[in-house]
Amino acid sequence: MSEMKKNASVIVIGGGVTGLSAAWWLARDGVDVLLIEKGIVGWEASGRNGGGCTHYQSPLFNEEQRLWPQMDELLGYPTEHRQERVIMALTERQLAQYQDHGEICAAMGYRYETLDPKQTRELVPFAGDNVVGSVYYHFGGQANPQRTVQAYAWALQDLGGRILQHTAVSSIIVEAGKVKGVETSLGRFDCDHLVLAAGPQTGALLETIGVYLPVAPARAEMIVTEPLPLMKVGGVDGNGLYGRQTLRGNLAYGGGPHEWLADTTADGRPPEGGPMSRPATQLLQNLSRRLMELFPKAGHVRVIRSWAGIIENTPDGRPVIDRLSEPDNLTVTTMSGVGFGLSPATGHAIRDLVMDGVCSFTDIGKLSLGRFANLPRDWRVRQGWVPPIVQDYDSDGRAQTAQA
Amino acid sequence: MEDEDVVSDFHAIGEKHTKADEHAEIVVIGAGAAGLAAAITAAKAGAQVMLVDENPLGAGLIGMDVPLLFGNRWTAAVQNQGRMLEQVLTANPGLEEAFELGIDVKLGTYAWGAFTGGPNLRSLPEPVVGLADETRSWIVGFRRLIIATGARDLVYAFKGFETPGVVGALGLTALIQTYASFNGQRIVILGTGDLAVATATMALDAGYDVAALVEVRDTPQADVSALIARGVEIVTGHAILEALGNAEGVTAALLAPVAGGETRSIACDTICLAVGAVPVIDLADVAGAKIARNEAGAFVPGKLPAGVFVTGDAAGLGTDAAAAGVAAATAALASLGHDVQASAVPSEATALPADTDAYRMDWMRALMTTGGQDVIACSCEEVSRRDLLDVQPPRYLAAPTDKHNSLKQLAEDGPVSQDQIKRLTRACMGPCQARRCREQVAMIMAIGTDRPLGSIALAGYRAPVRPLPLGVLAAASETPGMVEGWNVWFGIRTQWIPYDDIGTEREAERAGRMAHF
Repeated sequence: MSEMKKNASVIVIGGGVTGLSAAWWLARDGVDVLLIEKGIVGWEASGRNGGGCTHYQSPLFNEEQRLWPQMDELLGYPTEHRQERVIMALTERQLAQYQDHGEICAAMGYRYETLDPKQTRELVPFAGDNVVGSVYYHFGGQANPQRTVQAYAWALQDLGGRILQHTAVSSIIVEAGKVKGVETSLGRFDCDHLVLAAGPQTGALLETIGVYLPVAPARAEMIVTEPLPLMKVGGVDGNGLYGRQTLRGNLAYGGGPHEWLADTTADGRPPEGGPMSRPATQLLQNLSRRLMELFPKAGHVRVIRSWAGIIENTPDGRPVIDRLSEPDNLTVTTMSGVGFGLSPATGHAIRDLVMDGVCSFTDIGKLSLGRFANLPRDWRVRQGWVPPIVQDYDSDGRAQTAQA
Repeated sequence: MEDEDVVSDFHAIGEKHTKADEHAEIVVIGAGAAGLAAAITAAKAGAQVMLVDENPLGAGLIGMDVPLLFGNRWTAAVQNQGRMLEQVLTANPGLEEAFELGIDVKLGTYAWGAFTGGPNLRSLPEPVVGLADETRSWIVGFRRLIIATGARDLVYAFKGFETPGVVGALGLTALIQTYASFNGQRIVILGTGDLAVATATMALDAGYDVAALVEVRDTPQADVSALIARGVEIVTGHAILEALGNAEGVTAALLAPVAGGETRSIACDTICLAVGAVPVIDLADVAGAKIARNEAGAFVPGKLPAGVFVTGDAAGLGTDAAAAGVAAATAALASLGHDVQASAVPSEATALPADTDAYRMDWMRALMTTGGQDVIACSCEEVSRRDLLDVQPPRYLAAPTDKHNSLKQLAEDGPVSQDQIKRLTRACMGPCQARRCREQVAMIMAIGTDRPLGSIALAGYRAPVRPLPLGVLAAASETPGMVEGWNVWFGIRTQWIPYDDIGTEREAERAGRMAHF
């Protein structure tokens, strides 16, 4: 093996969808970029999520909508992006809420319509008699997370960007107020600018230079069925579920209660050692029931997998996309659990921050890290974002739940 | 922060998990020799025992080759559940003793998951196993779980593999011995090791014809003299090239010399894969066992979660299953404080030849040498050997060749993981849950990367470990807390407020009213 180049103009930590997109955007500008990933690109929540691309709440929404229809062409690899979204309401109250969202989007120039039950069943063959209506968005949509993260990675390499997998970053090196590089399991790498997009590990890595980014990791679950004939619109959800029909035909859906986890360490290993486990649970029964209520005509369809992912959240659930003032060659990102769909736009924003110091296409000032400056360090406890009380099973095998 | 008070997150799982519908002191999964011995031992020691077995399987799963390769070679009798139940009781007389001992025997019942808690799963109120029959699913809390899920068929695909009549040795044995529902007559068996010889002998004894045993190596791998004496031909140095047939099924096995030369065909209605078997570790994996390769080259459960035991073929092939079951039960009983005498733990995996990996790889190489790369390896997702070697995107994409890909290049980037190949090619992602292709894909990966089979990381198993209908899994009602706290995503009050409203009067107005979609 030839001697590895141990520096880059920009190093991106984290081969999730946000880091990959940022690196790709930088490589498009001819920047010498190196992406460092502790495992395999897109291996974690970036590659296993609902795939939705409809984030009206974000300042990146317009750019998200502008970019997705072009992404296959821009990347040169299929993302399986399919436009449009149907949200089915099983109660009048849900329908009113979905229409409210539709109006927000309509005010931004996006077209939606309300469908009655008959129209909904015509569009969604698995819908049943319990549907009271739906909203049909002629924008948004969904893509395949796994194929998309891989597309970013290949597109990045096509442009000369480097990806270093199976390499864990342990700390950030700051000298004289500037980031100089990172320490990794393969030694030190130097850079002129550092982009930190390490998902649940982002907070712990920033701690190594005394910067506090509040994030709390949690575990959430999804199920997937065997393939079914393709519906006209793949992005159909409702009934408390998010998800989609994949282009292969599988129904992949998640939702429902999450479990807060202990803080993540910088290298992503649990405090007790070993790989980070992502156990699924009997929640798959509850997800199955919700999905059957959503698609009563799909009750015969077999569930073939379930899985869990680990997602980090900020205290207000909003992203941090910020180039710090000190050190000023460090750009920090966490998408607070909503990163996949926005990734084309997030990468663009990060590129702008790194190259120009400011986002060129929209204001993202309210996503700065500074908003948490006065946050008490015990914020997780105050918000109730804490792991469940440890369940010790006694010799009986039964849990002994400590009474608070 | 808007509030100094500590609040709880009512959208989090908290204590919302579905409670167990019933409890058993010891739950045994699998009523084969090991599981039955474990259950009977435990019951005799005074434990409260539930014994779960998926036989008789529903016709739906049999049709999907789950959990064995039944190969569409059954009679319509498998659809008669009453008759199937009688057959199972007839075939497994030990069940009668289990009933008499007061064991809660649940036949026709699938174990689709086992959940025991751990570092990132603290919310479980107790360790549970998920069960289902053909109409509903339910949860059983346990104090000890003994997993005796047995073995399944090692499957190689070849041209015509999906023609009705291509079965596995264990699938064929189940059809003949457990269900009395085999609708073939004349069988060609692939392999000449102990499993192949035992399968041939079983079929002959049951009145079926065994036309030949086929071996890619130059010599039989076990003593075949008794079979030769009963008129069975032994064809060495040949691989199966194709299952010839029509809509009714297989009509002949087309064989090719591994070293090249003229093909020959042997008339038959059934082609039986008997090169090897694989421990069924899906439930143990989902329960949280650390999976590792044993000396015989099989992936088996290593370190187990507290309260979980694995025994019989599921723990490694070649043990004395009944003795292993007794030992597992004894250990479980002792850990529960029952007064039991220690039982000798049988030695592990002695019966398998030392070169199991090499033998299996010889078959894979011979099949690829004779049959080429255009044979489908993963039937559910239609992934060919070539697609795997070139790491091609799935066919439904009709995408151009991904120029970055080859197994060799992936190997240069780091350890080769079968999970990665699953994601890139979709091999092993189908409804049979990779029972028909998992080992085969690993072997093709070993060949493509020129690495030892043992270095290919196993693809993980996921619940439900049987492909069950939504309508069956949907049986459980949400707990009241779950109904109240259910949210599409995290239910963070400020997360979905439109950006422009942040910091305005509308922010408070919209907090908690917006939803993720």
